[in-house]
Amino acid sequence: MDTRFDVELIAVTKRYGDAVAVDDISLRIPKNSYCCLLGPSGCGKTSTLRMIAGHETISDGDILINGGNVTELAPAQRGTAMMFQNYALFPHLNRLDNVAFSLKMRGVPKAERHRQAQEFLALVHMEEFATRLPAQLSGGQQQRVALARALITKPSVLLLDEPLSALDPFLRVRMREELKRLQRELGISFIHVTHSQEEAMALADLMVVMEDGRIRQSGSPREVFERPSSAFIARFIGGHNVLPWQNGMIAVRADHCRIGDTSDGPRLTGRIAVVEYQGPIVRVALATDTGVEAAALLPDHLFYRHPVEPGDLVTITWPQAARMSSMHKDGERFRLRSAIANRTL
Amino acid sequence: MSVRSAATLLQTIPSSRRRIALPLRRLRPGLVSWLQVAPLALILLVLFALPTLLFLVVSFFDYDRTGIYPAFMLDNCRELLTTPTTLRVYLSSLKFAAIVRAITLFLGFDISYFLVFHIRSATLRAVLFLLCAIPFWTSGIIRTIAWIPFLGRNGAFNQLLMGLHITTKPLEFLLFSDFAVIITYVHLFTLLMIGPIANSLSKIDPALMEAARDSGASRWQTMVNVVIPLSKTGIALGSILVFTQVMGDYFVVKQMSGGQSASIVSALSTEIQAMQYPPAAANAMILVIFVAILVAGMMRVVDVRKELVK
Repeated sequence: MDTRFDVELIAVTKRYGDAVAVDDISLRIPKNSYCCLLGPSGCGKTSTLRMIAGHETISDGDILINGGNVTELAPAQRGTAMMFQNYALFPHLNRLDNVAFSLKMRGVPKAERHRQAQEFLALVHMEEFATRLPAQLSGGQQQRVALARALITKPSVLLLDEPLSALDPFLRVRMREELKRLQRELGISFIHVTHSQEEAMALADLMVVMEDGRIRQSGSPREVFERPSSAFIARFIGGHNVLPWQNGMIAVRADHCRIGDTSDGPRLTGRIAVVEYQGPIVRVALATDTGVEAAALLPDHLFYRHPVEPGDLVTITWPQAARMSSMHKDGERFRLRSAIANRTL
Repeated sequence: MSVRSAATLLQTIPSSRRRIALPLRRLRPGLVSWLQVAPLALILLVLFALPTLLFLVVSFFDYDRTGIYPAFMLDNCRELLTTPTTLRVYLSSLKFAAIVRAITLFLGFDISYFLVFHIRSATLRAVLFLLCAIPFWTSGIIRTIAWIPFLGRNGAFNQLLMGLHITTKPLEFLLFSDFAVIITYVHLFTLLMIGPIANSLSKIDPALMEAARDSGASRWQTMVNVVIPLSKTGIALGSILVFTQVMGDYFVVKQMSGGQSASIVSALSTEIQAMQYPPAAANAMILVIFVAILVAGMMRVVDVRKELVK
């Protein structure tokens, strides 16, 4: 039994009638890792999570958790716990009883289960006001309760369905830190579904980008960001210019682009459409005569040395050393080229 | 319509709206609220409060064989409360109400649960709800009487049983018995349970059931710990409807019990036929108070207002 992995998906497929939601995906999630399933809505990421949880039957394939095949097991027998998108707290139970719910189901006496629930509430910093009903809690507090309710089952894998999407941006960043802290402290794997690449990059050890029911790329956020495997990935994770180049497509990091003709490297000339001040950086977006759009993210001090305005005709360049991946039009697949090869462009 | 006439129309809309809006705006906001409440308040006042008040007043009147006379005497009430018949009919009605409530609750909850959680297609669900409601399109009297040829000594059911050689002679208890009364009540009132319970159930987020399952709850545990507590209001509302219907019934008991049982209202009806209006009024008042106490008791269990507002 290979237990280097917390979760293994083997050729997992989910069909709803004729529609294929998840198409033959395989994935291995190493022990104690934070895995983010990322993708646009309808890409199959939630179906995948729900299949791992056992709330969705698997049309084909197998799911292994800690080396054991759980494909046929009920959710509670899998060693997983799920945190639902809108938290799904029981509205008629106070927060202590919400957290203690699974213990009650197992017949743990009241005093003992309340003691444990109190412990887990403390873990998520919610030890006060234990008698309040969910409706009396803010979104962030509800989320902490939902987290405690999931963790009290002592899962080896915690499944989170868009856990941060209902929170305001400020709280989202704080909860993000909290989730990462909990994952490290508990030493278990988290599988986190999100459509926000920012969230996935901040959290993930393993970032899995999905589209049309398939895994398009998986790896560490840095790997994915530096070497996007297709135009879709480059566009979806953002921060890249996807440009037609010679007979293919290339992805160029927007933060590597500079304005002004200072080198003899690859370049693109166009008229500036938008200049956005974003604090530490300034985003300059331009479009060429042929309709190709690109953007440069400039550190503010560089921008203000030679400020430009919408309507100006400028050339953006990127260093030859910048990694470029080329993508052939057939199948839109990128292929990595070395920095040396770029010199010939 | 030409472009120009459309333009003129557009110009006229704001001014006409202004014409309506201005007088309303001049009214004090308090007055507007009163105007909004007035129609319902008027209906309740004229068709409910006044008649009830009239009953109350008449219940204290004196009467003889030829007429009724204004007075203030408690004899009608006293007489009613001291006759053993009263206790007997109240107990009998309560017994029916309790049994019918239990059966309709069981049926209503199961049917609602099936319709809300097991029927995935919204169209099919609407059709099935409609099927439940169709019997309500005919009068309750007709639906009551319809049981007679079915349950009678030579009725369809007995014929069937004997035809299939399950029984050799007709079952006597089917008609003109408590059994017949209960089966008719259940037929008449199950929808009153289905409505409020289905309403409560449809407000339950299906994710809650998944959350329960995720926490290791069996189907039965989910039912007891999540679904039933969350449909408590619907159960209470349905129970109130069924209870009050049974307590106030006159026709079903009269038709289906074959004179073996009496209902509260049948005593009242006898008095009306004898033109003894004051005791009939007293009887009605006591029934109203009794049912009001029962309903108040059930309302204590749940916040019905909360359910109606949502």
